[in-house]
Amino acid sequence: MIAQGWFGSIVRVRVEPVLMAVFLLFPVLSLVTLYSVVDTDTALLLRHGVHILIALTVVLVVAQIDIDVLKRLTIPVFVLSLALLFLVLVHGDTTKGATRWLEFGPLHFQPSELVKLTLCMTLAVIAARQPLPLGLSQTLIGLGVICLAMIPVILQPDLGTAVLIGCAGLSVLFFAGLSWKILCAMGAAGLAAIPVIWPRLHEHQQRRLLYFLDPERDPLNAGYHVIQSKIAIGSGGMYGKGWLNGTQGHLQFLPERTTDFIFSVYCEEFGFIGFILLLLFYMAFVVRGLMIALHTRDRYARLLAAALTLIVFSYMYVNMGMASGQLPVVGVPLPMMSMGGSSMLSVALITGILMAIHNCEKQRFYLH
Amino acid sequence: MIERWRHVTLLVLTVVGAVAILGRTGYLQLYQRPFLVDESAKRAVREVVLPTHRGIIRDRHGEPLAVSTPLASLWTHPGKLLSESRESLGTLAELLGMPPDRLLSLLRSKYKKEFVYLRRGVQPRLAQQVLALKLAGISVQQEYRRYYPAGEILAQVVGFTNIDDDGQEGLELSFDDWLKGRPGKKRVLVDSRRRTVRDIESILVPEPGRDLHLSIDRRLQYLAYRELLAAMHKNSAMGGALVMLNPRTGEVLAMVSLPSYNPNDRRHLSGNYSRNVAVTDVFEPGSTIKPFTVLAALLSGEYTAESELDTAPGWLMVDGHTIRDFRNYGLLSLAQVIKKSSNVGASMLSLALEPGQLWGVLDRAGIGRTTASGFPGESSGHLLYHERWPRSTQASVSYGYGLSTTCLQLARAYAVFATGGRLPQVVMQRLTETPDAPQVFPAGAVLELRDMMEGVVDPGGTGSRAAVAKFRIAGKTGTVHKITAQGYAEDRYLALFAGMAPASDPQLVMVVMLDEPSGGDYYGGLVAAPIFSRVMAGSLRLLNVPPDDFSGLSPETIVRVERG
Repeated sequence: MIAQGWFGSIVRVRVEPVLMAVFLLFPVLSLVTLYSVVDTDTALLLRHGVHILIALTVVLVVAQIDIDVLKRLTIPVFVLSLALLFLVLVHGDTTKGATRWLEFGPLHFQPSELVKLTLCMTLAVIAARQPLPLGLSQTLIGLGVICLAMIPVILQPDLGTAVLIGCAGLSVLFFAGLSWKILCAMGAAGLAAIPVIWPRLHEHQQRRLLYFLDPERDPLNAGYHVIQSKIAIGSGGMYGKGWLNGTQGHLQFLPERTTDFIFSVYCEEFGFIGFILLLLFYMAFVVRGLMIALHTRDRYARLLAAALTLIVFSYMYVNMGMASGQLPVVGVPLPMMSMGGSSMLSVALITGILMAIHNCEKQRFYLH
Repeated sequence: MIERWRHVTLLVLTVVGAVAILGRTGYLQLYQRPFLVDESAKRAVREVVLPTHRGIIRDRHGEPLAVSTPLASLWTHPGKLLSESRESLGTLAELLGMPPDRLLSLLRSKYKKEFVYLRRGVQPRLAQQVLALKLAGISVQQEYRRYYPAGEILAQVVGFTNIDDDGQEGLELSFDDWLKGRPGKKRVLVDSRRRTVRDIESILVPEPGRDLHLSIDRRLQYLAYRELLAAMHKNSAMGGALVMLNPRTGEVLAMVSLPSYNPNDRRHLSGNYSRNVAVTDVFEPGSTIKPFTVLAALLSGEYTAESELDTAPGWLMVDGHTIRDFRNYGLLSLAQVIKKSSNVGASMLSLALEPGQLWGVLDRAGIGRTTASGFPGESSGHLLYHERWPRSTQASVSYGYGLSTTCLQLARAYAVFATGGRLPQVVMQRLTETPDAPQVFPAGAVLELRDMMEGVVDPGGTGSRAAVAKFRIAGKTGTVHKITAQGYAEDRYLALFAGMAPASDPQLVMVVMLDEPSGGDYYGGLVAAPIFSRVMAGSLRLLNVPPDDFSGLSPETIVRVERG
């Protein structure tokens, strides 16, 4: 089974079947939904197809990596991603009042997607140095690292992603045994920070949060997205309007329908039944991810697997909550569904790493 | 090792999150669905009006007098359009032919509106160019604009429509319901820019308006317009009117009002020009009424065509008013009263009759009663009831003062002489068959009057200039002092001629009126009669009416014609 040389490791590609199945199914759903929305713009669809192929390759390659290699790569990769993040602030490409993109020739890239991963890996390394539960000094170091990753994202400004990065980081610490007292203290501090943070928020962020509470108040501006999205989802009903028949999406009432609001398009066309199917796929992925974490004995891998799974879940939850009007509009993509290379790549990395962890655990289990 | 519960907690949290989303989506898709479907339709489904064009107005031979041409109107949602770049707004302004600053200030001043016309009535090609710019918030609305090929020739009769294609004046107004189409309606799917994406269903099929065939003959109309306009300039008159009727059918063949305007360019139009003088303006008909006075005398049975009146000394006092003739005519037959247009003679006749006898004749000839031509703003004229006539009015009515008519009314009254006593119903539409007109006078007396009126055009008559070569003309001149706020004006007149041809079997009745000729001549016989002559000559020729006057020809010629 082992030590067959680099040739053998390429030929004997090891994958985890549940995650792989989900990762194959979603791009199909994604392409089907996007086809309905992009109309005649097949170039967009083609680009998305290329992204999917790249993502699949990434999954297969990363799944073969040994976690010890990953562990050793963690810190350099984290530093690199932080550097990219700061580079964005200096040299970024600005769209819609926020600077999130880096350009390398023809490639557009969102470093904040990468940071989320490398931060979790770094925190896992820090926490795994000593036997768990986490000590105070480690906790403080961990929190410091989280802040380091969050600040440049807040400055972009991309509050939604920053909060998600923070949560991902905290989830690692939580798994690592963060004490309840510290957790509560942080919650209190967070509440206390609201009056300090609020005035510093960008106007569009403030408005989004306000209108989230009462979307009908200004139906033509900030609340517009949410109302249109709710109409799209709700008018789908039990069985949906059918593929290619959604009016809200087709007639361009829905904003960002290839990215942030693809969920609404999907629900309009495929209805409640389609939605349940989608949710089941996600839950299969999440439950499988948490199971891998539970069954892994390596501390680093265990922490990492749980945190990465939670990242996927939280993205799904925030995006769906936003589209259905439960959460504020924060501009978070729906994992594996939304158009966009960065998001696709980061989910591919997560899937690949989860598979790698699973593969290594299996290998070691058989070895022992 | 990490406690297991932390894992379980997270697993539970994810399940709770999933259930929350499930509940929320289920609530929207299952419970709120009807409401949200409705909201969806409200945004995406619209009813669109399908414009339709107005009917064409044609003359009696089918020549177009008013046609609708398709045009486009550009409208915008200023808030959306303002989001476009300065350069593209500049291009738009250039296409629209307005300075960019004005476009910007227009959009800014109406920022809150959702519907603002950018420009109405542009050529469809320009609209396509504007749409090709693909700017946000610009839409096109199909419209029609009226074009009047006859221009000022027939301006007041045809009238015009406003920018919304509703009739405003003239026959465009009175036949608005007939001409107007019924716009259709359809349900369409629109996108967020309100562009139509797909038709859903047709609600109402549009019905185009119906065509209207007028009784007007454009050739006669043009002729009449040209001659009246020339005479107006020659005599420095303020205005004028002309009405030509087919006396048998009551069809109006020509109707001119001056001054006129170009209905295709109404920027400088004032109410003065748009009035159809021939129908709306009343005046005292003066001597043109005298044939009716003589007719009343004949009908009373106490006079015959040969009866003579002594009009010396050329004036008559009635209740302190002096009635004068042009000069002392002495002994006059009834025919000569008309030929010389003797006020004294007419007054003597009227005073010798019961007031009701003259009134009855005028009333039966339709004086003081509207012609019901259906023309907007038509006046009915005025004829005081005879029991309230003082003696002075009984005398003055006989020569045309103390009552008022329009040109159209006067022409209808004269049709009585042309038809042997029948009063036709005046119509503006082409008729396919001759309607039955009521006989209001016995034919015999009327024909005697027609003979007398031929004398007016003979040499020595007041209307000799109305003569037309080879045709016998019957008619009567009129010269009327205009009424001003201070009473009758000494030096302001209306010159009138009313007549018919050919006198042996009249095909045409015409009334010519010139308002305030101030070029020196002002008598109806000098100013209005020549217009009558020219227009009548041309019209008879155009209508191929055979001549009925052979007096100027040598006997051999007559024989040859009869044999031929």
